[in-house]
Amino acid sequence: MDIHEYQAKELLARHGIHVPRGGLAYSPEQATYRAREIGGGKWVLKAQVHSGARGKAGGIKLCANDEEISSAAEAMLGRKLVTHQTGPRGKLISRLYLEEAVDIAQELYLGFVLDRKEERVMIVASAAGGMEIEEIAETAPDSIIRATVDPGVGMQRFQAREIAFGLGLEDSLIGKATETIFSCYQVFRDYDASMLEINPLVVTRDGSLVALDAKMSFDENALFRRPEISELRDKSQEDPRETFASDRGLSYVGLDGSIGCIINGAGLAMATMDMIKIAGGEPANFLDIGGGASPERVAKSFRAVLGDKNVETILVNIFAGINRCDWVAEGVIKAIREVGVEVPLVVRLSGTRAEEGRRILADSGEAVIVADTLAEAAEKAVAAWRTVAKKKKAA
Amino acid sequence: MAILLNRSTRVIVQGFTGKIGSFHAEDMKRYGTKLVGGVTPGKGGQTHLGLPVFNTVKGAVRETRAEASIVFVPPPFAADSIMEAADAGIKLCVCITDGIPSQDMMQVKRYMRRYRFEDRMRLVGPNCAGIITPGQALMGIMPGSIYLPGRVGIVGRSGTLGYEAASQMKALGIGVSTSVGIGGDPINGSSFKDVLKLFEHDDETDAVVMIGEIGGPQEAEAAIWARDNMRKPLIAYIAGLSAPKGRRMGHAGAIISAFGESAQEKVEILKEAGVIIVPTPSSFGEVVADTLSRVKKAA
Repeated sequence: MDIHEYQAKELLARHGIHVPRGGLAYSPEQATYRAREIGGGKWVLKAQVHSGARGKAGGIKLCANDEEISSAAEAMLGRKLVTHQTGPRGKLISRLYLEEAVDIAQELYLGFVLDRKEERVMIVASAAGGMEIEEIAETAPDSIIRATVDPGVGMQRFQAREIAFGLGLEDSLIGKATETIFSCYQVFRDYDASMLEINPLVVTRDGSLVALDAKMSFDENALFRRPEISELRDKSQEDPRETFASDRGLSYVGLDGSIGCIINGAGLAMATMDMIKIAGGEPANFLDIGGGASPERVAKSFRAVLGDKNVETILVNIFAGINRCDWVAEGVIKAIREVGVEVPLVVRLSGTRAEEGRRILADSGEAVIVADTLAEAAEKAVAAWRTVAKKKKAA
Repeated sequence: MAILLNRSTRVIVQGFTGKIGSFHAEDMKRYGTKLVGGVTPGKGGQTHLGLPVFNTVKGAVRETRAEASIVFVPPPFAADSIMEAADAGIKLCVCITDGIPSQDMMQVKRYMRRYRFEDRMRLVGPNCAGIITPGQALMGIMPGSIYLPGRVGIVGRSGTLGYEAASQMKALGIGVSTSVGIGGDPINGSSFKDVLKLFEHDDETDAVVMIGEIGGPQEAEAAIWARDNMRKPLIAYIAGLSAPKGRRMGHAGAIISAFGESAQEKVEILKEAGVIIVPTPSSFGEVVADTLSRVKKAA
């Protein structure tokens, strides 16, 4: 789960990490009022969306007076910011963050990630901050410092100190940098983060160390013990199709194709989407209905998939282990009768009680295209979708 | 004995008396697994499904000489249960639980290393379908009927995609020595490489099918190991050709976050290492059949 920059900065500030003075604004008036509160003569107005690379997309503006703040705020609010991280649909700007401008002497990079190879928290730092880490890895790979934390004892101060010295900081900054790095690790650990990135971490002209930007993501599996993090969720930053599904306990990822997918198991779901692609179609979504799928859950899945207006065909692929195909079949019929399925529907049932499931579909008299194998299911779904697409074109 | 599990492996269930634990315990018993008891703290001394219930794993091991444990404990408490098993001298632990925090798993793995290598517990999972040695024993949640006993090993992250592969093989009369689900989490107990090593040294396995997916370094690591050490044919499929970068596809670990983690990139790495690629998820059966017949001809 991602949070906004201002939320990450609040968390960091609470743990002693220096951030620029700033305030949140939902309107141009609030933004100019914030400027009065913060004081000074130069401010940075930043669009709060869950994405990096906001500057290049016009989501960050340096302002010197009320008019500039007001017109920049007006231009940003209500607009969708499109970056290479948001995808072409972009993300809605509904919150702005106004900060005092900082006089920068040097930009550093500081990141914390879960390293899957080491199976530990890894700290990544570089004296070449300000650009994305991928870019640093390409242009200044030797500047990158890495260290991993032993989960048994946690990060040690010497590790933070080594990084501070490794960044080539002046002696007067070593103490501050050590504390900053150490505190960041504590925030990462204490809130079950999966990613924490301060880019840039800046040395100011007056010799302090400030987190100029902050990005954090959290381990969704740990949210049960982090209600204070769940509270930071901003649904306006999510694909509405995904919000609908996740509120109903379904694992769903929206894509851009036209064939809606309802599948059990993440691996089989990905494989079915691959099969659709190989057969010449494009999947509209990833959806794993999970184990123990009741007829109600199946019907909910249909609602989630049909909420996407691009869906022109639905493919249901179930390989039941703990699931029961007869229940899934009942759910399919329930969905057809209660939700209304106007698009062609291809169903493949395999595993536990597959025979009973197929019989339920056949006896229902509903127009369901049945398939026996994965390949057949994908081919039939793509063929049905082509027919629909052709008709649409003709109309 | 195939690998990890056979009909004489003495198994206990942690989270035994819960709804999910009970359901699968019965299923495993029916399949032929030598279930010797279970653990539910506070219910020690009771009998459940005709088997003794213990308060602690240590107690269960002492009384039943259990060597293996399967964990159905809910996510907030699952890491604790795995560590309890490791400390009680369990040799093989399968954790089915989905949703364990990554930091908990980091601690589990660190904790397990406090034991000497010879005494160290082997963990399979979490967030996996478990292990089946067809015709002998089941320590997991897979439907036993789709597996034919045989000589091909399966190791995969996903449960249902593993079923798909096994049933395609069964349709062509090809059986399985053991199938191991290593789970879809970013930090897991046994890696692909760990399981490949076991299959390579198993006299009852002739070839191995590896079912990977997007995210993480394990498929590539396994391919490099296989290139340098494996004599048996390795056949692989990677799911997630159509998965966008940076999005979590169901499994906590199924997310492309670094170079080399997309399906296309992994397939390239595997091909270069000489791994036989299953081009589509509907061709597991054919590719395995074809590989086996080529091996036979060469022999």
